[in-house]
Amino acid sequence: MEQKKMAIIATKGTLDWAYPPFILASTAAALGYETQIFFTFYGLQLVRKDLSVLKVSPLGNPGMPMKMPFGPKWFKSINWNMPNAIQAIIPGYENVATALMKQTIANNGVATIPDLRELCQEAEVKFIACQMTVELFGFEHSDFIDGLEYGGAATFFEFAGETDICLFI
Amino acid sequence: MNFDKELDARGLNCPLPILRAKKALAEVESGQVLKILSTDPGSVKDFAAFAKQTGNELLSTAEAGGEFTFFMKKK
Repeated sequence: MEQKKMAIIATKGTLDWAYPPFILASTAAALGYETQIFFTFYGLQLVRKDLSVLKVSPLGNPGMPMKMPFGPKWFKSINWNMPNAIQAIIPGYENVATALMKQTIANNGVATIPDLRELCQEAEVKFIACQMTVELFGFEHSDFIDGLEYGGAATFFEFAGETDICLFI
Repeated sequence: MNFDKELDARGLNCPLPILRAKKALAEVESGQVLKILSTDPGSVKDFAAFAKQTGNELLSTAEAGGEFTFFMKKK
């Protein structure tokens, strides 16, 4: 049987949206897929050397439960969602939400993004960064991890055209 | 059941049990058996799907007190 293939375009640069591409790519690789991720626009943040830039924002995100990762059960079950206008004026709101989410992730035995990214690389998932966006956003190649290839849309299609699964995230 | 290697994936969540199992399987010979412990309820369906897609044989799945035990034979 010919090896199956999967391509993903990763376009989001937040902590929460970092998960789907890396979870799917690492799992696909474990299942024997040849896998490639094309990082473009905000998705470039996922291949930065410094992943502390990844944050999660509850602002304008009504789907996000705001629950505390510590305390007794009754306390953990409270949903602290606040009106957008209030979230917007509290300094450091995103940093606090990000810290709480990281704690929740740890509590649940969910892998961290640096771990998942490394698992992808170990499994030989190919990472391609969009050269156009690198320039557009004023990044340098030295901002990114080693092992990246840089290319454009045509580079993506070369592989994507032969895939069994192709996702835009 | 006899097994050749054991993987403790308890406390880990999707997709880590599968990724660790893949790694552990790489360290045993064809025909040898890997025992996997997990607490992730999603891993029951996931290990069945993993076996089906990779050709490794899922010999058994058991649950006791919220803990799952799988035996998988390497292709």
